Amino acid sequence: MTLDYPEEPAGDFPPPPRTLTDREGRELIYTAADEGDREALVAMYLEFDPADRAQGIPPVKEDAIRDWLDSILESDCLNVVARHDGDVVGHTTLVPDRHGQNELAIFVHQDYQGAGIGTELVKTLLGLGQEHGIENVWLTVERWNDPAIALYRKVGFETNNSERFELEMTIRI
Amino acid sequence: MKILLGVGGSELSYHALDETIERADEAGDDLTIAIFDSEEVETTLEEIQERVEERLAATGFDADVRHIESDQPGGELVELAESEGFDRIVLGGGKRSPLGKIQLGSIVEFVLLNAQTPVTLIR
Repeated sequence: MTLDYPEEPAGDFPPPPRTLTDREGRELIYTAADEGDREALVAMYLEFDPADRAQGIPPVKEDAIRDWLDSILESDCLNVVARHDGDVVGHTTLVPDRHGQNELAIFVHQDYQGAGIGTELVKTLLGLGQEHGIENVWLTVERWNDPAIALYRKVGFETNNSERFELEMTIRI
Repeated sequence: MKILLGVGGSELSYHALDETIERADEAGDDLTIAIFDSEEVETTLEEIQERVEERLAATGFDADVRHIESDQPGGELVELAESEGFDRIVLGGGKRSPLGKIQLGSIVEFVLLNAQTPVTLIR
């Protein structure tokens, strides 16, 4: 997808690992994730509320979840997970497209939403992206998904002008 | 039923072509195939026409094939469906983004939002 990016970089983001207390007083550990985190990710996505799916992901069935995770845990992708008491409760991923830019998505387990975890996940992933020399990040979000749009704006994403179904947002890091 | 199938040359549009021929054959539907050159696919009307005719020849199903020359194929598909009394528009679509989100192309989006006839999206 060819998109416009902000001219100015959004600033420095904190790379993983990080340990932070969420708004509910829970201690969350944010780490870079790889294939070793696959089973913990499968466990989160099997419990994932179908109403929180976005544009067809995560898939519903376990084999489809595994196929999808295989593709986004490839070595050229970046992933960050948030763990609480050892369980993965949030996950964000950055996947390169064919234009040298990167698509971002984020998922937070329904019991852990509204506690600031999503914002910290995205910041941490962008910090990891900066360490890997990534500059341009984009995402799409459903136009009615106000909490997600507010989160992305707060982090520094800007809205692309378009009349598509989904809102396109970009950030330069 | 009078079915209008749009084929823009993407793999998904050829998948929709196969499915639609099969269903139209079973149901005895009257099928018109409108081919257009989508900006999103690198192909020509001639290539699409050839491939559509190959599929028709292979299945032995008879359909009317039309060209949409407009650079706004979505608008013309909707217009054609209304002016000639089609009962349904069929399109293929729904690509996956790099990380797996389903994305509809601009032509599919236009038709879904603007058609007065029912639309079937095959993905």
